[in-house]
Amino acid sequence: MASVAENVMRFFRSSSAQVSAPAVPQKRSRRSSGMAEISRLLNSQEALYVLDLGSTSANNISFLTAKGHKNYSEDLLRAALDPALRVRDEAGKFVFDSKKFLEENLTYTNATFDVVLCWNLPDYMEESLVKPTIDRLWSVMKPGGLLLVFFHTRDAGPDAPCYRFHITGTDMLEMQEVRLAASDKQSPRLQRVFNNRHIENLFRDFASIKFFLARDAIREVLLVR
Amino acid sequence: MDAPKTGEFAHIGKSVVIKGELSGSEDLYVDGNVEGSIELHNNSLIVGPNGIVKASVKAKGVVIQGRVEGTVSASERVELRKTAVVSGDVVAQRIAIEEGAVFQGKIDIQKEPGKAAAS
Repeated sequence: MASVAENVMRFFRSSSAQVSAPAVPQKRSRRSSGMAEISRLLNSQEALYVLDLGSTSANNISFLTAKGHKNYSEDLLRAALDPALRVRDEAGKFVFDSKKFLEENLTYTNATFDVVLCWNLPDYMEESLVKPTIDRLWSVMKPGGLLLVFFHTRDAGPDAPCYRFHITGTDMLEMQEVRLAASDKQSPRLQRVFNNRHIENLFRDFASIKFFLARDAIREVLLVR
Repeated sequence: MDAPKTGEFAHIGKSVVIKGELSGSEDLYVDGNVEGSIELHNNSLIVGPNGIVKASVKAKGVVIQGRVEGTVSASERVELRKTAVVSGDVVAQRIAIEEGAVFQGKIDIQKEPGKAAAS
């Protein structure tokens, strides 16, 4: 008969085996005050131009097109992780080429947007790309257009999971961890934590800024162009 | 819908490369490489998992399992399967996207003429 100690050890071994088993990216839901504000606009007007900067989400496309809006989709985080953007500066240090990045991305000659869903992109972008990207977003938005951005409120470490957000209701989002393919050379890593002053500076060209602090240590920021 | 049986669809195999205008009045399965334009106004197009299409596409229905670059216009439905990588604009009455599909561009859902007139 196995001893109590052996049974206890077997229990822990089997528990850890369950925990370490490779899992399908988990999804969890969260309420979003910022999304509720965006939904108010989406429900009150027709044929708005909406730019979704997360990776492709069938939910988001269905949600937006069902309301008669025009949906533009661009996976900017994946583009920002492109190793080809890394170049050496005059001092020989590796930097990200923001000029090349903006030549290849966010180039909309025939559209200006009423709504931009930026999600948590700035937290995972390399520093030199953040400000030029926000400036470009400002330039492709209509006056009065809404921009939704999420920021971590505290440092969760570079390996903090990066989520993509699926819209499941007017104020509900489903979060799914971003797992890039093995062929991708870089994974998204939390680069920094912006404080309120940084955020205000980053978006100083916008007409107004509203903060929503959520319970999951995410600060939602809604901006009016 | 996986690879259709031969005979149901005109078939462009994975070793075939076509550059130019492609038009027809039967359903088409492309598992090869097409550059230019594809017009099948009353018929459907399937881009197979090995298919690489760099073209403007006009068809009744379009199912994409491979890679497409260009504008896709469907008078009915566009489906992006989980292996699809689409870069360009999609105009259709309905769209279905499987988890895992990658899309970059604009989606414009156009109402059915009858419904548009009624609304």
